[in-house]
Amino acid sequence: MTRLDARLGVAVGGFDVEADLSCDGGVTALLGPNGSGKTTLLKALAGLLPLSGGQVRVGGRTWADAARHTHVAPEARSVGMVLADPLLFPHLTLLDNVAFGPRSRGMPRAGARARAAEELGRVGLADLGSRRPGQVSQGQAQRAALARALATDPVVLLLDEPLSALDPQTRSATRADLSHRLRDFPGTTILVTHDPLDALTLGDRLVFLEDGRVVQAGTPTEVIARPRSPYVASVVGLNLLRGRLAADSSPTLELADGARLVVAGVPEDARPGDRLLATVNPAAVTLYSERPAASARNLWELEVAAVTVTGQRARVRLRGIPGTDLVAEVTLPAVAQLGVVAGRRLWAGVKATEVEVYPEA
Amino acid sequence: MTARGAGARLPLVAPAAVGVAFIVLPLLSLLVRADWADLATHLAAPVVGQSLRLSALTTSITMVAVWILGTPLAWLLARSEHPLTAWGRALVTVPLVLPPVVGGVALLMTWGRRGVLGGWLESTLGVTLPFTTAAVVMAEIFVALPFYVISVEGSMRGLDRRFDEIAATLGAGPVRTFRAVVVPMVLPGIAAGSALAWARALGEFGATITFAGSFPGRTQTAPLGVYAALERDPQAAIALSLVMLLVSVVVLGALRSRWLR
Repeated sequence: MTRLDARLGVAVGGFDVEADLSCDGGVTALLGPNGSGKTTLLKALAGLLPLSGGQVRVGGRTWADAARHTHVAPEARSVGMVLADPLLFPHLTLLDNVAFGPRSRGMPRAGARARAAEELGRVGLADLGSRRPGQVSQGQAQRAALARALATDPVVLLLDEPLSALDPQTRSATRADLSHRLRDFPGTTILVTHDPLDALTLGDRLVFLEDGRVVQAGTPTEVIARPRSPYVASVVGLNLLRGRLAADSSPTLELADGARLVVAGVPEDARPGDRLLATVNPAAVTLYSERPAASARNLWELEVAAVTVTGQRARVRLRGIPGTDLVAEVTLPAVAQLGVVAGRRLWAGVKATEVEVYPEA
Repeated sequence: MTARGAGARLPLVAPAAVGVAFIVLPLLSLLVRADWADLATHLAAPVVGQSLRLSALTTSITMVAVWILGTPLAWLLARSEHPLTAWGRALVTVPLVLPPVVGGVALLMTWGRRGVLGGWLESTLGVTLPFTTAAVVMAEIFVALPFYVISVEGSMRGLDRRFDEIAATLGAGPVRTFRAVVVPMVLPGIAAGSALAWARALGEFGATITFAGSFPGRTQTAPLGVYAALERDPQAAIALSLVMLLVSVVVLGALRSRWLR
């Protein structure tokens, strides 16, 4: 196994990105909002951008070291790169596209073509080798791009939103192909995505980037259970509230601007004043059109900001708790009964037992 | 179109029509004044064949030189982010706007016997360039190269940078990327630039007559041939002009149908 030891600092046009992407094989999913620096990091790993700080070492070889002004050119590193657009060379057949890498690294034509045919076969494109990129579908082109990236046996595979340009059906099929192909790839994969499904199904480890800094890293299970930033919480579909433990007799969090959240329990070592995070599953939020006889311990009167429908359920974004929006997931009949439209004022209730509390740091 | 619409458009249509007539009329006149009955005889005049052969030879060599020098230059200009690149681009384009005869004088000042490099060239290698066929080629390269570089650089700049990046991650160094990715992908632009450059080289007059003179069979290319023949044998001059007109139209037609749709 070749270990990727990457502590990167990159400065591009006044924006600087710093992240530790060290890992030992497997798939690291890199998530973050647009403009958080994900692509910048990939380019720095590939050698397409210079480092302003830190270093990249792969299996004992130094690819870049800012302190020692070392920078190995992209063509001399061992990376494969797949972007959202397949970017197959339009003047070459699929076979020659895939053979391009081995040829560039000095393999004789016949050997390179045999290797290319093998790689095309592994992504299910054995019969399409003689086609031009313009003559295949988007999904096929993207699989060919993956085959091309892997034909050089890269140590590090960089995937930059490889599924984002595909239509939903093709995306799902291509995600399955990608997952299958990555399973027998021995190197390290960095997958940039903003699709939670990609990250959770393909990633062994998730790294969240916001404004050029890592805000959370961990296994999918860890991240799902304990998101540490509003963005991470929104990716895993939870409400995240931030507060300090109050000095009350019953466990309560003081949120921003005097709002309070009654919870069932707090970590044993938590003391009054400690900063805590709390998650609430949107499905555990109950909506009422009028103030109910208090069954839930937490009750707020809020304004509907937006409603989106998926299948039989709707996600209702509510505004009014200082510092955060609350998302409630309710059934379609409930939406109809309550008359949920943007601007409507509703009561939202959350039982104390439905709140998960953990330390902020 | 309604009558009112036609009237309203007149201020636009009238100058446009005059513009078209101004260009088409001379071309038609060339055809009208040609002595079609004896065209074969006129085409057989020594000046015609001799100058056309010389033009074919010199413009061919020019094109090879333009490709070899101009394509990498266009690529470097297209991809360089150096602050001096804009200056480089401006310098290369000077011959586009320079009166050709000034270009001829400049070449003479460089390669002539008293020129910046010419004196050294003659004393060490015994080579004299002015008033030779080589000088014709040099004059043609001087005027044609900028056309080619500007045109090809335009299509190279339009090439998605991510193709270069992908090629690099696949192990292709700058030279292989240039040869195996960039050039094949901008082939239409190279063809268009070549046609422009070649047409410019074929028509080159001012720099050539200044730097290479007008010696039949040695430096008298087709345009110089036309000019020289106009006094002595006007019908030969017209016949030679017709050949160049035909060639220009064929080049333009090929360009339009294949690349400029």
